[in-house]
Amino acid sequence: MALHFELVTPERLVRSDEVYMVVVPGTEGEEGVLEGHAPYMTTMKDGALKIYKTEGGSPEEIMVRGGFAEVGANGLTVLAEHVEG
Amino acid sequence: MASLKELKNRIKSVKSTQKITKAKQMVAAAKLRRAQAAAEAARPYSQRLAKVMGSLATRVSGDSAPLLLRGTGKAERHLLVVVNTDKGLCGGLNANIVKAAKLQARELIAQGKQVEFYLVGRKGRAPIKRDYAASVKTEYDTSAVRNLGFTEAEAIADDLVTKFEAGQFDVAHLVYPVFKSALAQDPTVVQIMPVPTPEGAAMQAGADAVVEYEPDEETILGELLPRYIRTQLFVALLEREASEQGASMTAMDNATRNAGDLINKLTIQYNRSRQAAITTELIEIIAGAEAL
Repeated sequence: MALHFELVTPERLVRSDEVYMVVVPGTEGEEGVLEGHAPYMTTMKDGALKIYKTEGGSPEEIMVRGGFAEVGANGLTVLAEHVEG
Repeated sequence: MASLKELKNRIKSVKSTQKITKAKQMVAAAKLRRAQAAAEAARPYSQRLAKVMGSLATRVSGDSAPLLLRGTGKAERHLLVVVNTDKGLCGGLNANIVKAAKLQARELIAQGKQVEFYLVGRKGRAPIKRDYAASVKTEYDTSAVRNLGFTEAEAIADDLVTKFEAGQFDVAHLVYPVFKSALAQDPTVVQIMPVPTPEGAAMQAGADAVVEYEPDEETILGELLPRYIRTQLFVALLEREASEQGASMTAMDNATRNAGDLINKLTIQYNRSRQAAITTELIEIIAGAEAL
């Protein structure tokens, strides 16, 4: 089973994907979100979002600013005001 | 009766006007498609943010709530943020927006409140200043920007939030056109500050009661409220863009058709007077020949 991950900016839906793990730069520390994570909300520091497509694979990094992460029943949703790369 | 030359010139000028309106109509049609796509693409973000806001807002209440949510406790000074277009040639769109804004202003003034205006876009300035010259405090110029984006919405929203926190007004309303179709754009008035608790939020709050928050709810809410306002402004700007192009397309379509009718009428008139001139000439020649 994979984690459903969505990255949304005001302009568009950047990414909607099934991934293995996403490392979120939360304001109170980095945090890896895997499938089946408990419902959770956090604001994010400006920094890199690391997306692991497969277990043990090398991460893909997306720079986000003004982010907010929400983990719910339908996976992880990151709302970011600006996305680079 | 106009001379032949005058008629000819008239027809030529109407034809060139028609060319302009036709071109504008086609440009608007192309831009409308893009504006609609942009408005569509912005929807997921605003919907999700509204949902999160709703569940958070019901959780945080009372004095611990951020200023943007609970307000200043008064409702004396009102700010009307009016979003108009920068360019004309879009029919009655701007007139309708201004009408809605003035109606709201009149209602508030009748209740004894103070009203100020914050104008976005150039076309609202003149008509609002005509009636409320002293109340127009700020004008945000968007005419230099080619592709209206989140940056502008951010700038306006941050300006508003700063003013609100400095206590320059108590309540802010946003007046903008909502794009229904190319034929209908409804001016809408919504309250943006203090942020109203989304409807139905209280009901769904119970469902996700186990959500963990990091940091605590108040801090998150404090961060999200300005973002929510930014998003609302962004949506308003996108709606304005789509409305402008839609209204422009319809208005220019009418103008092109009217120009076509006018050209037909003038052409008939031109042909008639040309024939009349020829007939008169013939009569003169014949009369001259008979007299010999």
